[in-house]
Amino acid sequence: MNEIVPVVEMTDIAIGFPGVKALDGVNFRLFQGEVHALMGENGAGKSTLIKALTGVYTIDSGTITVLGEHKQFSTPAASQAAGISTVYQEVNLCPNLTVEENVLLGREPRRRGSIDWKGVRSRTREVLAELHLNHVDPGSLLSSHSIAVQQLIAIARSVEINAKVLILDEPTSSLDADEVNQLFRVIRDLRDRGVAILFVSHFLEQVYEISDRMTVLRNGKLVGEYLTRDLSRMGLISKMIGKEMEALAELDQAPARTRARTGSEVTPFVEARGLGRKGSVSNVDLSIYPGEVVGLAGLLGAGRTEIARLFFGADKADEGSIRVKGVSQRIRSPRTAIDKRIGFCSEDRKEEGLIGDLSVRDNLMLAMQASKGWARRIPRRVQDELVAEYIATLDIRPANPDALIRNLSGGNQQKVLLARWLITSPELLILDEPTRGIDIGAKTQIQKLVNKLATEGMSILFISSELEEVLRLSDRVAVIKDREMVAEIKNDDVSVEDVMTVIAGGTQ
Amino acid sequence: MKSLMKNRLAWPVIALAALLLLNQIFRPDFLSLRMQDGHLYGSIIDIMRNGAPTILIALGMTLVIATRGIDLSVGAVVAIAGAASCAYIAASPEPASPVTAAMAVLIAVLAGLLLGVWNGFLVSTVGVQPIIATLVLMTAGRGIAQLITGGQIVSVSNDHYKSIGAGYLFTLPVSILITAAVFVLAAVLTRRTALGILIEAVGINPVASRLAGLRSRNIIWIVYVFSAVCAAIAGLMISSNVTAADANNAGLYIEMDAILAVVIGGTSLAGGRYTLAGTVIGAFIIQTLTTTVYTLGIPPEVTLVFKALVVITVCLLQAPKARNLLRSLKAAPKPGTKEKVAI
Repeated sequence: MNEIVPVVEMTDIAIGFPGVKALDGVNFRLFQGEVHALMGENGAGKSTLIKALTGVYTIDSGTITVLGEHKQFSTPAASQAAGISTVYQEVNLCPNLTVEENVLLGREPRRRGSIDWKGVRSRTREVLAELHLNHVDPGSLLSSHSIAVQQLIAIARSVEINAKVLILDEPTSSLDADEVNQLFRVIRDLRDRGVAILFVSHFLEQVYEISDRMTVLRNGKLVGEYLTRDLSRMGLISKMIGKEMEALAELDQAPARTRARTGSEVTPFVEARGLGRKGSVSNVDLSIYPGEVVGLAGLLGAGRTEIARLFFGADKADEGSIRVKGVSQRIRSPRTAIDKRIGFCSEDRKEEGLIGDLSVRDNLMLAMQASKGWARRIPRRVQDELVAEYIATLDIRPANPDALIRNLSGGNQQKVLLARWLITSPELLILDEPTRGIDIGAKTQIQKLVNKLATEGMSILFISSELEEVLRLSDRVAVIKDREMVAEIKNDDVSVEDVMTVIAGGTQ
Repeated sequence: MKSLMKNRLAWPVIALAALLLLNQIFRPDFLSLRMQDGHLYGSIIDIMRNGAPTILIALGMTLVIATRGIDLSVGAVVAIAGAASCAYIAASPEPASPVTAAMAVLIAVLAGLLLGVWNGFLVSTVGVQPIIATLVLMTAGRGIAQLITGGQIVSVSNDHYKSIGAGYLFTLPVSILITAAVFVLAAVLTRRTALGILIEAVGINPVASRLAGLRSRNIIWIVYVFSAVCAAIAGLMISSNVTAADANNAGLYIEMDAILAVVIGGTSLAGGRYTLAGTVIGAFIIQTLTTTVYTLGIPPEVTLVFKALVVITVCLLQAPKARNLLRSLKAAPKPGTKEKVAI
């Protein structure tokens, strides 16, 4: 490769938030006429890096050069002026304006001080034609078009401003296959015209189809920069996940328990056939038997949480069916699920679990109280007994029922949320990342608890990003990839590598 | 933790005490009470009696605000309740009988119930933002009241009806007793049942509450109905006190006083934790302010400015940011040695 100056070069970038180093010593280069994929799990620092480049965040240290010129972006406007244009997952245009108004917003051609609408129309037509969007009427409302077309119109806007760098952040997440192809055609067109394109997507296959080069981040650090053709899917995944599970492997091996009976003679507690939701996940065939732990494996963003939410009624499924104890059921809301003895610990403790300003006691009792209704308050004496029992069993600290839950540590908050469900004695407990972000001690306690509950006959759907953990606890593992369930593996002597092979799609 | 709980009511109580003291200084007989014809008289009693409708409405408003809502329609409900009861009495064949008065009360309360159901329907089922949903009734309600009274001020003469707002029982004004009863009822209803906790849960984190299986729809419905019924009772007091229904002016801007009382009392407009006792104190502060204006002989043209100054002071004293600022000003007399304050 000859000595070309990168369009964008970011060197030794660091950004910190209180308590977290979001980016630490990251280098990133983007060349003219390439599609460069930025890879990493959620929380790896992809968005932070993009926001540093687009001027949303100010970098703590490091340098950014655009076309060899040293830049310090303090606002998004400054970044745009330097020729960097971003198209986000949720289209950030004005749906209530017309296509042409959107494409030329703020840069309308003028004649004697007022907007030259004829000029607007013809300029918009030109730009749309360049993107093969001749069928789009410049005068139509943006909201009258599909998300895919809206996204292309957002790209048209960056073509119009002659952007040298185009950042596409999860552009395909809500598109179907045809729309993705249309988008990719436009991306290749722009690439061939010399635009540097930064592409972020959770969909591995799409990344391999469109990108020329990739940069992998993990935990805010740079793993490396690779040519896409040189890096296998397996290689990519192990670089994204890393080897941080080693710490866990040192933990006590969970006591072996008799594997749950499965098969035709036993009715599964819950059985999903072709379960799915438009724009979310599809094709989920999954049964969970009493006393069985089923793990969901897959990359973050592959659709694991979405599946859990369908089982719990947090989102309504619009295809497929669910049977609970052999009886077909429609699970329309969390409340219906709870009435069927299903519990769900969300991965987002703060937003979807804790009632921060209430006490440990109130948080613990919430699900049980909610299912009893407001009129039948659980007597204080019963509350005290239950709360004391669960604080002791789960070793919740501080052991003070009146402490505000937001003042507890992450691990203890997680235990309170677990206890909230255990009090309702569910038959199926869905645990979405129950051990994320908590210290190693609490983590082992929770793993042991999962084991114990299953031994006592509870069905558990266990979701974790740590494959080691999933394999240690589960009887079976369902593999999720690109928002579909692609395989189900019986967990006898399966290794992490085996599962990773499946996630990578068997293509080495 | 204990000091925090104390703090929540501390500032409103201090502000109220300071206001009362100020009055006492300017009018030495201010705090004295006297018996006359078996009735208790005094400035304090006047404040409580005049503040009764605001307190009632503010109690309902507290629960609505705790669920992250707001009820702007209470003033209109006051007008409708007064109009409905007075129109009923005026049209009845026996306008002075106790049965007529009782029926009038029932009609007003039922009207409040119905209007509360309407607000609750818009907010909880249709999903209209509370401020818009109740704005509908705020504007339309006065029109409804006009329709009921035929655009006239309807005067009634029924001694039983009059006693709601102007009567005495056990030496105390009836309106104070009613307000006290509603306060006790609300406190018991929310703390003896799980309603209080569930209201707070919905107000603090609606998403997590839904995932815990809480049916927030019912909870939201209950608080709007309670708010409207409180407003209807307040409407009875106001119309009974003047033995007339004035569709235009009854309860005008009372929603503002009620919201203010809630905020001064220490309940955040962002929803969540609430305090009914704080709200009552907040309403007293507002009512005492009005009295203070007369006691101090403040000219009417600056009355509102004076009120605004007191209100903003109380609110600032409760705001964490302002308190931190005060504390750091006190703690750091020398610049350059200030410690970092965690925010």
